[in-house]
Amino acid sequence: MRTTTKSLQRATLMAGAIVVSLSVGSARAAEEHQVEQFHEEPPILGTLLIDRFEHRWRDGENSIDWDVQGWVGGDTNKIWFNAEGSKPVDGEVEEAEFQLLYSRMTSEFWDAQIGIRHDVRPQPQTTYGVIGFQGVAPYFFDVTAQLFVSEDGDFSARLEAEYDLLITQKLILQPVAEVNVSAQRVEELHIGPGFNDIELGLRLRYEVVREFAPYIGVHWERKLGETADIARDHGEDASDVSFVAGVRFWF
Amino acid sequence: MHTARHGLSRRDALKLAGAAGLAGIITVYPGRRVFAAADQSLNLAVERTRITIDGETSGAISIGGSIPAPTLRWREGQEVVIHVTNRLDEGTSIHWHGLLLQGIMDGAPGFNGFVPIGPGETYTYRFKLRQAGTYWYHSHSASQEQEGMYGAIVIEPAGRDPVRADRDYVVLLSDHTPENPENVLRKLKVSEGYYNNNKRTLVDFFRDAQRDGLGATINDRLAWGEMRMDATDLADVTGYQFLVNGKGPRDNWTAVYNPGERVRLRIINGSAMSIFDVRIPGLPMTVVSADGQNVVPVKVDEFRFGVGETYDVIVMPTEDNPFTFFAESIDRTGYARGTLATREGMEGEIPERRPRANLTMADMAMAPGMDHGSMAGMDHGNMPGMDHSNMPGMEQGSMAGMDHGSMPGMDHGSMEGMDHSNMPGMDHSAMPGMKQDATGSKEQAMGWGDAGTPPGAKALSYADLKALSKTTDLREPTQEIEVQLTGMMARYIWTINGQKFEEGTPIRVAYGDRVRIRFVNTTMMAHPMHLHGMFVELENGQTDRMPKKHVVLVPPGQATTVQLTANEPGEWPFHCHLLYHMASGMMTRFIVEPRTASL
Repeated sequence: MRTTTKSLQRATLMAGAIVVSLSVGSARAAEEHQVEQFHEEPPILGTLLIDRFEHRWRDGENSIDWDVQGWVGGDTNKIWFNAEGSKPVDGEVEEAEFQLLYSRMTSEFWDAQIGIRHDVRPQPQTTYGVIGFQGVAPYFFDVTAQLFVSEDGDFSARLEAEYDLLITQKLILQPVAEVNVSAQRVEELHIGPGFNDIELGLRLRYEVVREFAPYIGVHWERKLGETADIARDHGEDASDVSFVAGVRFWF
Repeated sequence: MHTARHGLSRRDALKLAGAAGLAGIITVYPGRRVFAAADQSLNLAVERTRITIDGETSGAISIGGSIPAPTLRWREGQEVVIHVTNRLDEGTSIHWHGLLLQGIMDGAPGFNGFVPIGPGETYTYRFKLRQAGTYWYHSHSASQEQEGMYGAIVIEPAGRDPVRADRDYVVLLSDHTPENPENVLRKLKVSEGYYNNNKRTLVDFFRDAQRDGLGATINDRLAWGEMRMDATDLADVTGYQFLVNGKGPRDNWTAVYNPGERVRLRIINGSAMSIFDVRIPGLPMTVVSADGQNVVPVKVDEFRFGVGETYDVIVMPTEDNPFTFFAESIDRTGYARGTLATREGMEGEIPERRPRANLTMADMAMAPGMDHGSMAGMDHGNMPGMDHSNMPGMEQGSMAGMDHGSMPGMDHGSMEGMDHSNMPGMDHSAMPGMKQDATGSKEQAMGWGDAGTPPGAKALSYADLKALSKTTDLREPTQEIEVQLTGMMARYIWTINGQKFEEGTPIRVAYGDRVRIRFVNTTMMAHPMHLHGMFVELENGQTDRMPKKHVVLVPPGQATTVQLTANEPGEWPFHCHLLYHMASGMMTRFIVEPRTASL
């Protein structure tokens, strides 16, 4: 029974991916047709942002953490890539998540996104379907909201918001907040139903040039509810504070 | 019209040019090549080159071997033939900006059957000059214009020139970036505020709070934040060197005069992206022509200069002093500078720099969904720079979607090019942020239209322009076309009526019809709107002497109306002349359709 559900989920994800690639293809073909009337091709652009690449010092084991995003595409349709993860300084990678999404402009400030998430770590590796949106909310909050359904049929969600506060043209304070929610207990991943955790960060960066900015900051994570209990049962702290230093750069 | 008058009446330039033309040769006059006219045929090659500005060398593209390209001096009525050879490894084109000609000769790829001139190919343009005045030419392919493909055209009238001058200089302004233009566009698309180094900061917040009060400052920031707009967004691209005839401020292009002479400056804004405020401190300018078309002379101290526009001015320096020609970009990131002097090597003083303006809510007046009555954070009482209540004919309640045509008491004549400094009831000194500091210079200009013009100085407004000859077609327009200037700043997508060029519906008018075009600028940026093939006539309050323009600068949050007679059949490009706006979609087709046989 379990296996059937799993393969069914896999098939659904595959179908989703195919639909995504087809729609991107046809949009591009339409654009090409229109281009013939004129000399300028609508540019296919791309960018890669290493938003966080940092060392975290904490009471316990220090780690290297990263958060990367990028896209390739035009104004309306983009292939979107997200990656984040964490590795103890002296150890194996503990968390590594990758997302490949089709991103489509739905309004001036918002993109709707659909695609696949694959977590290489923690073990066991898990694949999810992703649907969500990404954009700029009023008052210039950068927001990403995503709903996940795992290959086992587990539902979870994540909301991230960040804000750039310009102290000067080059010195920028960036508060970040993230919450994770799960619809059910997932024993392999040590999470319970309800709110799993909340993360708050505050980073102060200096843009030497727009594309390159070293930063320092603090990062605080707190596991919540049953997820916190599970952590304590495993002899871990439910909350974690770290000082961070890293670089933000993009191409 | 086409008397072949070779007896040139002017001194200097024209005699020389004429003589050279008669001999059918190319000569060199004030630092640039002059192709004059008798055989009316010339060759221009387009090729990659290097340009050195103020000692810095970067890549560029030249037409005819120089940047700017050679000034083409022609005479009204002549038939000219230009062989353009493309030595690039990409397609190119040359568009004759402002000239009335047959569609295919207009040189805009994808329009009127014109295809790009391929690498190694030579294309022959041939057209008859049906007008006189100052115009220019530039590439209409990709971003080649930004890389140096622009030059001036001077067409002498067939008859007597109503403008008398002893000296005649072209002053071609441009902006040069060492960056690859494609990279500039990519950065704008990836991170729209990339080039804005004057965003509002926490430091500004505290300064404004001290000056305007904490409540007003918070409300102001909330209003901008709610719209996700940036009050400091005056220019999309910075990092430019601003040039006068290809020379940077330190290279100091110089025009020589003898005291007492009348000097005609043919000023052309050949920039890709830069709108300028132009002045010559100590020397009033008499505007005699706008966009190549003569106007009733009007004396001004300065003018705001949209991309693609031209103004001819007469100056009469009587003393043996150097005067500085000064053109500051409206975002105040730099200036183009030249000198008028009695001999080469003299330098005038660099005038005090003008303050940079912040946009105000008034610059948002045409934004969709802008409900002035209920807008959050829109406290008119304490909004810095916002005083609509005193604007004549501006009715707050019905601003959004208001119908200018039928609104009683709505005087277009005084609205267009609305001169804020002279507006009755606009008490700038009482506005927060407008306080004069001890030295008398303003610390902050408020609103797009505020050029920082000092009290008593006269800045040209569109309302001042009056055509020298009478409007020939006085029929009431039978068709009214609304052209919404739209865009998504955050994504760097610019559109007309919400549609990018590739997806847009063309504008269609019938041959011979009189048409009114109403531009409604819903964005926070000014758009210099350029129509190929025909002049438009500004509805600026003149009844029978509406000035003719090929570029109309539509300020943010405002509506501007023009009329035209659709007497040039073809498919004409109709676009914003800010190069990266055009490249990201702000263009459409303006089709003048022949009347069908049945009609």
